Amino acid sequence: MRITRLTAVAGVFALAMTAAACGGGDDDSKSGSASGIVGKASSDKKLVFGVKADQPGLGLQTGGTYAGFDIEIAKIVAKGLGVPETGIEYKTTVSANREPFIQQGQVDVVIATYTINDERKKVVNFAGPYYVAGQDLLVPIASTITGPEALAGKKVCSVSGSTPAKRIQTDYKDAKLQQFDSYSKCVTALAAGSVDAVTTDDIILAGYAAQDQYAGKFKVVGKKFSDEPYGIGVKKSDTEGCNKINEILKASATDGSYTAAWNNTLGKSGTPAPELDVTKLTNCA
Amino acid sequence: MDVFSDSANIDTYVTGFLWILKLTAAATVGALVLGVLLAGMRVSPIPVLRGFGTAWVNTFRNTPLTLIVFFCYFGLYSALSLELSDDIDTNNYWLGVIGLSVYTAAFVCEAIRSGINTVPVGQAEAARAIGMSFIQTLTLIVLPQAGRAVVAPLGSIFIALAKNATIVGTIGLMESSSAMKELINANGDAVFPIFFVFAGTFAIFLIPTGYAFGWLANRLAVKR
Amino acid sequence: MSVTDAVLYDHPGPRAKIRNRILTVVLGIAMLAVLYWIYTKFDDKNQWAGPLWKPFLEGETWTSYILPGLWGTVSAAAVAMVLSLVFGVIFAVGRLSDHWWLSIPAGAVVEFFRAVPLLLMMFFIFFGIPFLTEEPMPPFWAVVISLTLYNGSVLAEAFRAGIKSVPTGQSEAGYAIGMRKNLVMREILIPQAARAMLPVIVSQLVVLVKDTALGYIIGYTELLQDGVNTLGANFGNTVAAAIVAAIIYIVLNASLTFFAGYLERRTRRTGRAPRSPKTAPVTTGTVADGAATI
Repeated sequence: MRITRLTAVAGVFALAMTAAACGGGDDDSKSGSASGIVGKASSDKKLVFGVKADQPGLGLQTGGTYAGFDIEIAKIVAKGLGVPETGIEYKTTVSANREPFIQQGQVDVVIATYTINDERKKVVNFAGPYYVAGQDLLVPIASTITGPEALAGKKVCSVSGSTPAKRIQTDYKDAKLQQFDSYSKCVTALAAGSVDAVTTDDIILAGYAAQDQYAGKFKVVGKKFSDEPYGIGVKKSDTEGCNKINEILKASATDGSYTAAWNNTLGKSGTPAPELDVTKLTNCA
Repeated sequence: MDVFSDSANIDTYVTGFLWILKLTAAATVGALVLGVLLAGMRVSPIPVLRGFGTAWVNTFRNTPLTLIVFFCYFGLYSALSLELSDDIDTNNYWLGVIGLSVYTAAFVCEAIRSGINTVPVGQAEAARAIGMSFIQTLTLIVLPQAGRAVVAPLGSIFIALAKNATIVGTIGLMESSSAMKELINANGDAVFPIFFVFAGTFAIFLIPTGYAFGWLANRLAVKR
Repeated sequence: MSVTDAVLYDHPGPRAKIRNRILTVVLGIAMLAVLYWIYTKFDDKNQWAGPLWKPFLEGETWTSYILPGLWGTVSAAAVAMVLSLVFGVIFAVGRLSDHWWLSIPAGAVVEFFRAVPLLLMMFFIFFGIPFLTEEPMPPFWAVVISLTLYNGSVLAEAFRAGIKSVPTGQSEAGYAIGMRKNLVMREILIPQAARAMLPVIVSQLVVLVKDTALGYIIGYTELLQDGVNTLGANFGNTVAAAIVAAIIYIVLNASLTFFAGYLERRTRRTGRAPRSPKTAPVTTGTVADGAATI
């Protein structure tokens, strides 16, 4: 009798697990479809975009929706490819999994503060750049730090293994580098006074500085010390899709949708929209 | 194996494991001392100490270590201004040691407490009969016997501690999991060799340690 | 357990009672003072400020961040629990096999996965395995597989110790009535071992729940990712969010432990447990192993 009862319990358990498995593991169903995004867009009318979820102004998940400049760019790209807004699926990516997500086909397009560099070009095809950011510093409003040279002996925070963190390690060895796994932790540490500055791309910092709860507390130093061209990542083999995205970007620069995307998100703080340099859209390989 | 012919990469690898070693060593001591104290509290005659011990165990045993380490930085360091060193790495190292000790002590406490249960009731009764106080009964009679019974479980706890030390990477220490992550990011084509070197190093150190504790446990076991 | 606890000291007489009471008051006040000090320090840093905590009073915060995150944690943990129990039984039996070609590989697998930190394992499964299979590895399965390999190996050792703690008379009796090895294992040894090892199994399952939190390393959206990082980015209240997440974990794991305690008491009451693991002298500290798993 006891054994029967144990078996029954196990059975119930197994059922619950199966249900759980269905809920959790159903996101790998669209790997094998048409080769490029252009094909997929026209046949399925659906695209999966990998975006950031924790970067205010760029890609921030608020409730079930995502908002930010990257999201607006994603909408422009989707529209250009003939995908209706209802056909867009956003998927949260973190810096560490952007390449595998593209390579493995878990997302079709990555628009996630994704700097174009040679190392990444080996595995990913980049359209864009749609924006050129630069590494900068976020400091408390009263801080005397004026640029990266003033960091000697100061504590500066960035995300572990990120390009900005590495630049601090190699070019500004006198700064003390604190690393966390997310920028929101860095900003929390900055708010508590545990670090003297947060460093990463200027528009990411501007996004944090513009948040309500930090209003009037932080400022972006405004002295870029690198160029970070943001690209739109697609599969290495998908040159057609890459070129198509560049065409879409070119069109958006002239029809005003690019400027509108900026004004609706990062531009809200008053920064005028940047010029999209269409002559530089040459990274597709 | 090209990855490991680059001396900078070797450096990353060695530094990573040195951090793990130092974290494990300091936290082992911390967790052992704290754990014995907590076990003493949990069996003590004073209700408030028993309550404290129970609360400690239930809190820290049930919270992910990642969160505990997070609170060490944002609670102890940021909010309570506990600065343990001027150097950022050393400071994070000690914060990590505190987090690991506090967490592991909960497990050590429970292991010792169940070890106390293996000591026959007659031992403590005899101690009390000759007029020993609680402290004397505990430290002279019960704990020495309990200690022998818990060598094996303590061994697995400290082996787990060594592996858990990788979690201190979340507050920025370049320990071996962060080191491995960095090497893989820079050498995407060599994922397999990198993983097997890192995992292998852990295995080479920890598997024999496990057997050593097993052997010690058998030798020290109280034959009844 | 309470029996031994009470055995360590005399029943308090009048003087001891007064002493205990004084100590209770003094220590109680000291602890409250420390708590108050922590409270004021957090207050100095404005960690109790209304705007940081207000989001938790709004249903939307729960439905959009915390509950989806919790679901990520619970679903991964639940699937991994079942798989690691299966893995544990298979490898425990494998390691106890009379055939060396079965027992040695099983032992090697168990020892290897017990020795490798989960963080490394997860990272490798997510980034490395796709090279072999040329198939995408969803973060969910990377988390589940690595949790299964690690916790399954620990459970395999627990089951093995449990099976060895069953008195030999049991299996001898089984063989005597003509049962085959397979049947003795299935019908006699494993059911008794599982019951004897219940505390170990459950504390390992608690470990498993907590370890889902390491999924952050590959971007799996669980309670810490959704409920602390993303929520913190929205409201600038990372510390407050972490406190809430910690409470959720504690409640979740404490209920699991409580449920296990209930199961254990039930088994004890019926007196069907093979023999209380406490008295198992030779196997390396069986009951203590319950606390030994991290």
